[in-house]
Amino acid sequence: MTRRELLAGLAAPALLPAASTNQPLTVGFIYNGPKNDLGYNQSHAEGKATLRRFPWVKAIDEASVPETVAAEESMRDMIFQDNASVIFATSFGHLDPFTIDVARENPSVQFFHCGGLYDEAKHPKNIGIYFGFIDEVEFLSGMLAGLSTRTGKLGFVAAKPIPQVLRNINSFTLGARSVNPRATTKVVFTGDWVLPVREAEASSSLVDQGIDVLTGHTGSPRVIVQTAERRGVFGCGYQFDQSSMAPHGFLTGAQWAWGTVYVRIAEMVRAGKSVTNGTIPRRLTGTLKDEFCKLSPYGPSVTEQSRSRIAAAKASILNGSLEIYRGPIRDNEGHTVVPAGRTLGITDVALDKMDWLVEGVDGRAHG
Amino acid sequence: MQLPSEGLGPWGVAVALVGGAMRGSIPYMFVSLGECLTEKSGKINLGMEGVLLMGAMTAFAVSDLTGSPWLGVLAAAAAGLVLGAIHAWLTQQPAVNDVAAGIAMILFGSGLAFFFGKRFVAPMAPQLPLLQLGGWSHVPAVESALRISPLFFIGIVVSFLLHWLFTRTRWGLNIRAAGDDPQAARALGINVNAVRFLAITLGGALAAVGGAHLTLYFPGIWSEGISGGQGLMAVALVIFARWSPRRCLAAALLFGGAQALGPSLQSLGVNGYYHLFNASPYLLTMAVMIATCSPNRRLAGMPGALGKK
Repeated sequence: MTRRELLAGLAAPALLPAASTNQPLTVGFIYNGPKNDLGYNQSHAEGKATLRRFPWVKAIDEASVPETVAAEESMRDMIFQDNASVIFATSFGHLDPFTIDVARENPSVQFFHCGGLYDEAKHPKNIGIYFGFIDEVEFLSGMLAGLSTRTGKLGFVAAKPIPQVLRNINSFTLGARSVNPRATTKVVFTGDWVLPVREAEASSSLVDQGIDVLTGHTGSPRVIVQTAERRGVFGCGYQFDQSSMAPHGFLTGAQWAWGTVYVRIAEMVRAGKSVTNGTIPRRLTGTLKDEFCKLSPYGPSVTEQSRSRIAAAKASILNGSLEIYRGPIRDNEGHTVVPAGRTLGITDVALDKMDWLVEGVDGRAHG
Repeated sequence: MQLPSEGLGPWGVAVALVGGAMRGSIPYMFVSLGECLTEKSGKINLGMEGVLLMGAMTAFAVSDLTGSPWLGVLAAAAAGLVLGAIHAWLTQQPAVNDVAAGIAMILFGSGLAFFFGKRFVAPMAPQLPLLQLGGWSHVPAVESALRISPLFFIGIVVSFLLHWLFTRTRWGLNIRAAGDDPQAARALGINVNAVRFLAITLGGALAAVGGAHLTLYFPGIWSEGISGGQGLMAVALVIFARWSPRRCLAAALLFGGAQALGPSLQSLGVNGYYHLFNASPYLLTMAVMIATCSPNRRLAGMPGALGKK
């Protein structure tokens, strides 16, 4: 008998009365980094916190779970010791093979993974994928950057040139150029998701080159926004609300609203639905309209005029009259990537393979 | 000089390198000076990465709680003192290997820092006041690059002080004797264990001050990824500097500048090979190691008893 079995055996009698009456739905979350990173991990932790509104949900979580076999142990602990029947694995590398293995071992538990590449043929049926399309919010954030810049130069500190990041650089730039056609975006890639010192160096170098609005896509662009504030330029956030890092120069930012997803899935599970039999969609995605993501609160320097232009653009996005990937769009090497007369909806799978940077971006998509 | 609204162009790289050398070098400087002091006494402390993180977290926490960044720096030094003392005690036990104990101290220090660091959700703690030395320039980039942390000057003073200590004082002589030939030192009546304990403990305190720089100026936040291996690199840097505090200072400046190279070239528009440029501090470390290490000869300046029983 292992220690875990022994502990489970000891705990079982204590659990019996609870099980026979009203058992809470135990939901487990694992994050790759700390819950207070003011970035991606905190956006999920905040999403988890919205489940507090349901007295019938018991939400547990574990931070800094590496993308290794340790993730399997964390999930098993949640399943066997805390009786979790739903697991949310929030980091890209948690899926393959860790969540897949644990899902195979525990067919009665439902797993939801954020942003993973799910393959129906190979992967167990009790895994669902959820993700948001944040391009439209980046577009709005870029619009505000384009309205606020004096030099016409915007800076973007990015982790890696993967499609998800390129989409954000491109939609931000498209937004800026929609109101300020001369605006350009200079991209600096740092090479990884969490490199605070290099992010600060990159931000500082960008400001030295005359850039006066800084944003980025890293695990948490808080250092980028903070450096912008220190250097007296504007900053736009990402992932989470970073307004606290820049009390003067914060403009806005694109942030996640995972609570929408977690509340919806919890309600579906309570109603007896399951991803295993397909009554919960195996791929649950949403946009600005679905409230999977939102704009961060405006900073104090954003004028009334700018606010109303952003509000108008947001309304057009919501009613479908403004689509951000509307042709003709050329990349920064002169190739046409979206021909005139054609529009790519933001859920279009072609965008998931994005390997180009739009005209107006100074940077290279490939190494 | 007129403000160039177009940005600095290629000069931006120079400004970034100089600025980077003065802000990015500080953690390297303090950790390598601390390690230099430790190794001069004949012991290795690989746990500096843990000390750096613990110093970073403690400085942030105390600055946040008390509102005084200088108290934060002092608290970081105290935390480093404690971690240094633990390492000193451990490595003086019979049959304890310095390197193994050091790796354990990396895990212990970082684990402790992450555990206590979870409570500090404040986005920013009060930051260290900076010395504005760029007032003569009208170029904001130059002004910003010359906004220098007082820790930079403290680091320079400490490196010269250590040099003076090692070459001109009896205490320094005792430390070097303990590091070069503990048997002979014992024969001279030097309490080798006490000397080493003191050197390792103070070395830890110095290194932790480097951590305070990370959370109280550059980049100025507390995050678990804040050190990015700088504590380990600084240990390698001591070999690079051949156990001379003044060369440690120079090496730290070189590494700080190298760190700024990749990002500044990219912001200038050199878009290719950024992984290579970003790796320049690491490549530099390797090149130095290869150039200075040989199985056939001992390094000049290396304490004779380093890492031995």
